[in-house]
Amino acid sequence: MAEEMNHAHPGFIGTYIFSRDHKMIGKQYLFTGLFWALAGGFLAYGIRQHLAAPHSPTLGHGVMSPDFYNTVVTMHGTIMVFWVAMPILIGAFGNFLIPLMLGADDMAFPTLNMLSFWTFFLSSVVLLASFFVPGGAAASGWTAYPTLSVQQGVHPINWGQVLWLLAVALEFVSMLLGGVNYITTPLQMRAPGMGLFEMPIFVWMQMAASLIFMLSVGPLVGGAVLMLFDLLFGTGVYVPEKGGDPLLWQHLFWFFGHPEVYVLLLPALGIIGEIIPVFSRKPLFGYKPIIWSTIAAGILGFIVWAHHQFISGLDPKAASVFSITTIIISVPFSIVIFSMIATLWKGSIQFTTAMLFAVGMIAEFIIGGTTGIINGSAAADVYVHDTYYIVGHFHYTLFPTVFYGTFAGLYYWWPKMFGRHLDERLGKIHFWGTTVFFNMTFIPMLLLGLAGHQRRIADPTIFPLLRNVQYLHVIATYGLYGMLAYQLPFCWAFCKGLVGKKDAERNPWRAATLEWLAPSPPGHGNFDKQPEVVAGPYEYSKPEEKEDFIPQWKPQEAL
Amino acid sequence: MSAHPVPIAHPMHELKYESISPSMGRVGMWAFLASEIVTFGGVVCSYLLLRLCHPEWIQHSSKTLLPIGAINTVVLLTSSLTMVLAHHSAELKNVAATKKWLACTLLLGLLFLCFKGYEYTHEIENGYLPNTAVFWAFYFAMTGLHGLHVLAGLVTMAYLLIAIKEDYRLTAVAPVGLYWHFVDLVWIFLFPLLYVTTQGA
Repeated sequence: MAEEMNHAHPGFIGTYIFSRDHKMIGKQYLFTGLFWALAGGFLAYGIRQHLAAPHSPTLGHGVMSPDFYNTVVTMHGTIMVFWVAMPILIGAFGNFLIPLMLGADDMAFPTLNMLSFWTFFLSSVVLLASFFVPGGAAASGWTAYPTLSVQQGVHPINWGQVLWLLAVALEFVSMLLGGVNYITTPLQMRAPGMGLFEMPIFVWMQMAASLIFMLSVGPLVGGAVLMLFDLLFGTGVYVPEKGGDPLLWQHLFWFFGHPEVYVLLLPALGIIGEIIPVFSRKPLFGYKPIIWSTIAAGILGFIVWAHHQFISGLDPKAASVFSITTIIISVPFSIVIFSMIATLWKGSIQFTTAMLFAVGMIAEFIIGGTTGIINGSAAADVYVHDTYYIVGHFHYTLFPTVFYGTFAGLYYWWPKMFGRHLDERLGKIHFWGTTVFFNMTFIPMLLLGLAGHQRRIADPTIFPLLRNVQYLHVIATYGLYGMLAYQLPFCWAFCKGLVGKKDAERNPWRAATLEWLAPSPPGHGNFDKQPEVVAGPYEYSKPEEKEDFIPQWKPQEAL
Repeated sequence: MSAHPVPIAHPMHELKYESISPSMGRVGMWAFLASEIVTFGGVVCSYLLLRLCHPEWIQHSSKTLLPIGAINTVVLLTSSLTMVLAHHSAELKNVAATKKWLACTLLLGLLFLCFKGYEYTHEIENGYLPNTAVFWAFYFAMTGLHGLHVLAGLVTMAYLLIAIKEDYRLTAVAPVGLYWHFVDLVWIFLFPLLYVTTQGA
């Protein structure tokens, strides 16, 4: 690979479109992911608007039919998990930051990296196309449970579901190709002096997330091939009356689906693990325990999947096993979260926007984590399963992870990415508005679920039981309006951050990790001179030192 | 990058990195193969679980062509041997021998696909389609997925045959060899599961 990395001037197409530069690929992932976030957010509006007032029109559609509501819910979940969370948290941040933090000039396999993005782009096109086929897009939930997903609709072939499967499979291939880079680069391309335990925690988290993804997604890819057979050739792998088994899909799906939660959580923990030490001016508390806990959680994560299936006819003996593993897995994650909190303890805390989002993510994620313990226990889960309590719970885990994590990362690394700062004042408005209205949206869902509201109902008003909790839907919908409105300051800051003079310093936050040695933004090849590593990543506020931080790099004479 | 004219002070070949001992290509290939192992592992386990619940599948599985499957097993195993020889020649930097053994591997792989094509034709002509029974769905999905991997390996080898020079792409033979052995190994699982366990019904 080495001899190919020095194309002098790749030209416009080579620079901006078929780029092999990890920074440009990261930005491509970022912009594609943010585009999908708009689409997923609009679908969220559709869901909430319809639930608050099922008989009034929704903007851009009119009154939704139950079938169309199913499509909207399915595509909202699919888009947010696979086309927003993964490309932004892993594709964008991982690509942009891993080589910079390692002091490398690019990823290990730049061409593979380019291929990864364009496979992802292709999957995006397929997913978009699925909205416009006969019968509409997939409507069987983001989990695509058979037998619903393999049923024939009015059309002989359920094209929406077929394209959904193809798009998801392509997205997986893209992330697998990316994963090869995220694992190989940290192992093989660390700057001189950087041992594995001198890597920033973000790199560890990206590596762990990629490894978990690559070890869990395979069975679902195989299962998707079998489901394509069911849909296209009329086989019956998942159809009981043809000799198949619908539960098989649930196992294949959740064997991937549960580790996937950690694939999203770990990069976000990596992001805040970089931000919190810098703005507390303290070393990250428990660097090695965090790494070992992450590895332990990654392994445990492979034996918890059936807690999604407690009411699917799982053997009660198996249910107790999966309950126990599920509750055990909260221990390593508690260690990680407590380490983050302990990093704050007695620090000189600066509440920049990035820091606000990082601390906010911890606060909100704790609600998500603790509500999860109830679902993890089989006996309690029977009551709340498939209710809005579950919807509330997983939004309390995923929204802080994906959006708080992303926003924290963007406000923090924007100077490195684009050479300008995001507006801090707009950022603070953005943070507080988002936080207040996020809770206003999802606390009602937890309450709805405890009141017994099932989660996949298109029109709750037809059930007398649910009439006296309908007001909670209305509150949640107003909450979503508020949340969407408070993304406007971010959009404005985002646009302002893309134009104007590039005036950011190399190291505006006085951080110790290697990416802050490179120019803002870094050029092709990243560093003026290859850095040499002389310190750990979090050497802040050492009493015997004059400066309040020791950078990881050996001082270089200015060029 | 005309947009950000930052000079590259050090050409790539002057950069020194901390790394673990296997080559970059091998680490990458192992990471990739890890995901491949669970892909085939998932399908094989699904097949096994269903197969154990459905002894009656034997009436379908006994219709597979055992002799051809056996010949194909020999063909694929031999291709692994020629691949090892190609890898060995590449380590010795012997371009001519590397190309010779790669070509042998490529031909054996092609032979495998020809036999597989004959089998598919035979089965389809006799009315054993994917939707005939769940067994056939698994049969076509598993051997088809494996066949696609064989094809991908052949394309890569064809590229290497053209591209390899004294100082170019010789190191790529090792990771491609790893991949090819993996494809071979998958067949070692598929052959008994789909062909052998079914006889004597």
